[in-house]
Amino acid sequence: MTQAQLAQGTAPLLAVRDVSVVFGGIVALNGVTFDMHKGQILGLIGPNGAGKTTLFNCLSRLYQPSSGDILMEGVSILSRPPHRIAEIGIGRTFQNVALFPNLSVMDNVRVGTHARTSSDIISDSLKLAWVRRSEASVNRKAKELLAYLDLEDVAHTVVAGLPFGTQKRVELARALAADPKILLLDEPAGGLNHEEVHVLGDLIRRIRDDRHMTVLLVEHHMGLVMSIADHVVALNFGKKLAEGTPAQVQANPDVIKAYLGSKDQ
Amino acid sequence: MSAAEEVVAEGHEAVEAVPKRAMTLGTGTSLVVVVLLLIVPLFTKNFIIFQMTMLLIYGLAVLALNILTGGSGQFSLGQSAFYAIGAYISAVLMEQFNVNYALTLPISGVLCFGVGFLFGKPALRLSGVYLALATFALATAMPQLLKLNFLEQWTGGVQGLVVTKPDAPFGLKMSQDMWLYYFTLAVTLAIYIFSVNLLRSRSGRAFMAIRDNEIAASAMGVDVALYKTLAFGISAGITGVAGGLGAIAVQFVAPDSYTITLAISLFLGMVVGGVGWLPGSFVGAAFIIFVPNIAESISKGLSGAVFGVLLFLVIFLVPHGARQIAIVGQQLIGKLRKT
Repeated sequence: MTQAQLAQGTAPLLAVRDVSVVFGGIVALNGVTFDMHKGQILGLIGPNGAGKTTLFNCLSRLYQPSSGDILMEGVSILSRPPHRIAEIGIGRTFQNVALFPNLSVMDNVRVGTHARTSSDIISDSLKLAWVRRSEASVNRKAKELLAYLDLEDVAHTVVAGLPFGTQKRVELARALAADPKILLLDEPAGGLNHEEVHVLGDLIRRIRDDRHMTVLLVEHHMGLVMSIADHVVALNFGKKLAEGTPAQVQANPDVIKAYLGSKDQ
Repeated sequence: MSAAEEVVAEGHEAVEAVPKRAMTLGTGTSLVVVVLLLIVPLFTKNFIIFQMTMLLIYGLAVLALNILTGGSGQFSLGQSAFYAIGAYISAVLMEQFNVNYALTLPISGVLCFGVGFLFGKPALRLSGVYLALATFALATAMPQLLKLNFLEQWTGGVQGLVVTKPDAPFGLKMSQDMWLYYFTLAVTLAIYIFSVNLLRSRSGRAFMAIRDNEIAASAMGVDVALYKTLAFGISAGITGVAGGLGAIAVQFVAPDSYTITLAISLFLGMVVGGVGWLPGSFVGAAFIIFVPNIAESISKGLSGAVFGVLLFLVIFLVPHGARQIAIVGQQLIGKLRKT
């Protein structure tokens, strides 16, 4: 029995309720509803233009849904601006990696702690005792994450020159630095080769198990989703097509049709 | 990507091999520089001391721009306006309200912080060259605003104000120029240290995160609008203090001392010193103070052209400014130590 099934009885950690997004006359999302439970890895799949990224951007507050609601632990997140999402425990990575290219790996991860710390420009300029204490704990945390994700060797290297796979790990470390409850991963397998995707899958599972994380995996790569997700939601043309275990969704005729096209086409 | 952003990005790539403290100088080098700054005036003429004072003052103004552009990635061609406001506040307080010169500086700093912060609010909607244009407009308007009739009773209008040079306190046997130099040095060191602390802190990281990627910064919880306006405020505040010091050192304020030319000089100083490298601000300041004089000594009639040629040389030979020279030097020393 998976952790997700154990958690079925309790209230969802994140609830997407009947969310629609309309751009001009185009309906990008049409009444999408699903729940995420604690400890789950939820895979959100669908062909190009299905609305995956639109939904993702609603969760990270870059888009405002036209109707519907998104609840985090029962409270709507829709009145929050994008920079106040990290503090309620929603962390994210970006589709093509959006690091701070001129900062070191360590500094990138330190920025990740921004939502969990506080300071003001005067205390920072004067390096007051409480600022120094807070910085010490930020450094401890960053070092711990660098060790966890095997990034210690490049800690003081500027991010821009690092290989893509390493940059993805840096981005994960940065997201984890904010102690999220939910980790939103936007196409993490993009740009990785077969071997690297396999390693990434193990890593995501390890993060979920070690750090009690809930993961939303928006992904193109069916192999990755099917091997690590507990629960899969399939979208097509902005609508929910199917939902269930990877095996159920894979066997769903509508999903097969959406991905491969129907016989009579 | 705009030209100066490219400068920032490339500059940082060049730093890759150097430890992360690259934004500042090492402890040893800093001590040598401070000792030199303390000792040299004892052996030089008053005119040179005055020029060193001006170097520190312009260095502060370039440093302020460096925090804004190198730190938070925002442009400004309007620093002369903040410099002017700082200078006038100090001058008016000293001459019309008999406030002690040292006390006028924090007042200039705080008021300019406010002006910069407020100016930063509407400027939030602009970025890159558009922001540069908006600040350019501020710099162009400032000299005329200072000439306004209803301000004339305090500002002296077109005539400007003469400022009394302060004597050395506590009965110190020191020329006015030398006292002012040490006073300026103390203020400069304090602001420099605060700036370094700031850029290495949580706030400084937020600035640089915004400079590198606003959306990612926001996803990490950084309030982009707040930190962008704060960067404007801090930059304007430091420029205001520099302006106040400048008014005291030059003993005179007039609207036409603070035209767009000053803003462009400060911008030039930042590029020559190395965008984002704080010690470079003072190298840049030296460039904008001394190189025009050098150009004039080479050819009186063609000083502008000579200055242009010298500037071209700098851009072609060391596009990342003084920072590039410092990095090469550091690597050479590293190699020498290994062998």
